[in-house]
Amino acid sequence: MKFRRERLDRGIKARCEDIFALSSYREMLYLSLPRVLPVLILLILPLLKGVIGLYWEKVLMITCTIALLALSWDLMASVGLISLGQALFFGAGAYITGFLNHAFKLPPIVTIPLGTLGGAFFCTLLLLPVLRLRGVYFAIVTLTLPLLLARFIETTKILGGTEGMSALSPLPNIWVEMYVPVFAMLICLFGFRRLINEDYGLVLQGIRDNDRAVMSGAINIYSFKAQAVFIAGVAGAFAGAFMTHYNQVVGMAAFAMDYSILPLTAAVLGGVGTFAGPTIGAFILIPLSEVLRAVGTLRVVFYSAILIICVVGLPEGVFHYLRRKYHQLERMVDVG
Amino acid sequence: MLDRMQDKTLLKVELLNKNFGGVAAIVRVSFSLQEGELLGIIGPNGSGKTTLVNLLTGFVKPDSGKVIYQGRDITGKMPYKIAELGIARTFQMVKPFYQLSAFKNLIIPLYSSRVKKLKGGKYGDRDDVAIDLLEDVGFERDSFVPYKVSSSLPHGYLKRLELARCLALRPDLLILDELFSGMSMSEVASTLPIIERLNSEGLSIIMVEHRLKELFRIAHRVIALNFGSKIADGPPRDMMESEAVKAAYLGSEEEG
Repeated sequence: MKFRRERLDRGIKARCEDIFALSSYREMLYLSLPRVLPVLILLILPLLKGVIGLYWEKVLMITCTIALLALSWDLMASVGLISLGQALFFGAGAYITGFLNHAFKLPPIVTIPLGTLGGAFFCTLLLLPVLRLRGVYFAIVTLTLPLLLARFIETTKILGGTEGMSALSPLPNIWVEMYVPVFAMLICLFGFRRLINEDYGLVLQGIRDNDRAVMSGAINIYSFKAQAVFIAGVAGAFAGAFMTHYNQVVGMAAFAMDYSILPLTAAVLGGVGTFAGPTIGAFILIPLSEVLRAVGTLRVVFYSAILIICVVGLPEGVFHYLRRKYHQLERMVDVG
Repeated sequence: MLDRMQDKTLLKVELLNKNFGGVAAIVRVSFSLQEGELLGIIGPNGSGKTTLVNLLTGFVKPDSGKVIYQGRDITGKMPYKIAELGIARTFQMVKPFYQLSAFKNLIIPLYSSRVKKLKGGKYGDRDDVAIDLLEDVGFERDSFVPYKVSSSLPHGYLKRLELARCLALRPDLLILDELFSGMSMSEVASTLPIIERLNSEGLSIIMVEHRLKELFRIAHRVIALNFGSKIADGPPRDMMESEAVKAAYLGSEEEG
């Protein structure tokens, strides 16, 4: 009896990227498992609230909202727009939702969709004049916009000023609280992955790689950039809109730096440009930060150290690393 | 007679001027292009050839002067608007969409409203059209080359991919900015017939080129630029004899 090592994907891999020749359920399982398993886990986790406790359920929910912001960051990066201000989307969605509920007593089922679309529209309008900017110039503008809006609310005392708007309607029940962010994140994750590989998404990627060539292909790149910002804005503003009703309060914290920095770190940690990467990044960062609460004041030190080790050790991102390793899995085959 | 002559004018450039911070890049350049003509533009390095292409295609706005295309003024319009009207251009420095495979590069111009309009709203499968276009510029259809990531293609293929990207728009005027630069002799030899064929099918072409021998073989007319000014305009054989052109390339005695 002789054995030889063989890669699991040997039989199914065609010479072209992302095309596979499947001939059995086992091979299908090999390809679908990395996609299906995380989805199943995410759908089951909220059911286990008795086992893992309400505290960790809340962590799951916050992780999902940060993942949404990270996905929205990655979509903008796919068009070449590097953003340092996802808090703009989050805050816009949060404030519009809060205002509609506070002023007109509209229920969450109305305010959340309106806040999501309104927030995305508002942000797109705000960013419209700077879509011509590229790279670090665009990044600086996005960095300042949420700070600017927060100070504007503070000084003009509109929308509740520094105190914000409180006593907003709660979400109907705990199942809505837990499943809505999970579903929203999954829809964005798989939707964005699909979108970017459609012909429409190829145009977006083209703008990132060489905008002059896209322009000379008779395509109005500013219109495409604006559309991408709007789609990214929907994901980001939804996170804000949802959190407003979850917290039952909205204040200047909605424009906080956290909502800009966390999605960015999640994307860099997980792997830029894949959508799955930023999601994985968020699912590492947020729970990690909660676990580290146990070490007290040194929390930030540990957190930063782990982050640095990850980024230096895996500069390609966790997702790229995992994907490569998964495709390199081997089995022993009998050749004797 | 005069009317018919004017009807056939595709592009008319009138007294175009462009300064870059005091440096005159293009000085009072005028010329016209007839439908179906293959016009060559030559000139030594820095004579303003690429700037002229950028002016025609809207990537640079002129200080003064006019560009009339198909009877309408396109001076200073946005690049995508000009492309929409049917002027396609290649870039001197090829920069494909590196992360996409060769044929996916062509999906982008095929997505434009111009192509949608020409096809009457429905296009069918863009992938098929893209593969056909690549075959037109000499990619082997049944090989893996069209499916390869464009960053892994050799330079000659990238240049022809750039040509295919223009053809995807089904242009009325094709502007080639030094298509042959960096190509090997055999690559030039295999690309030349493609350009001749496109031209014989009725496509008007402006070729900015440094390879004079190849250009003079296929061009109907040649314009020579030096220091941003037009110094000669005529059939290729006149260029060989023109003193002004010789002086521009070799330097004249008066200038020392």
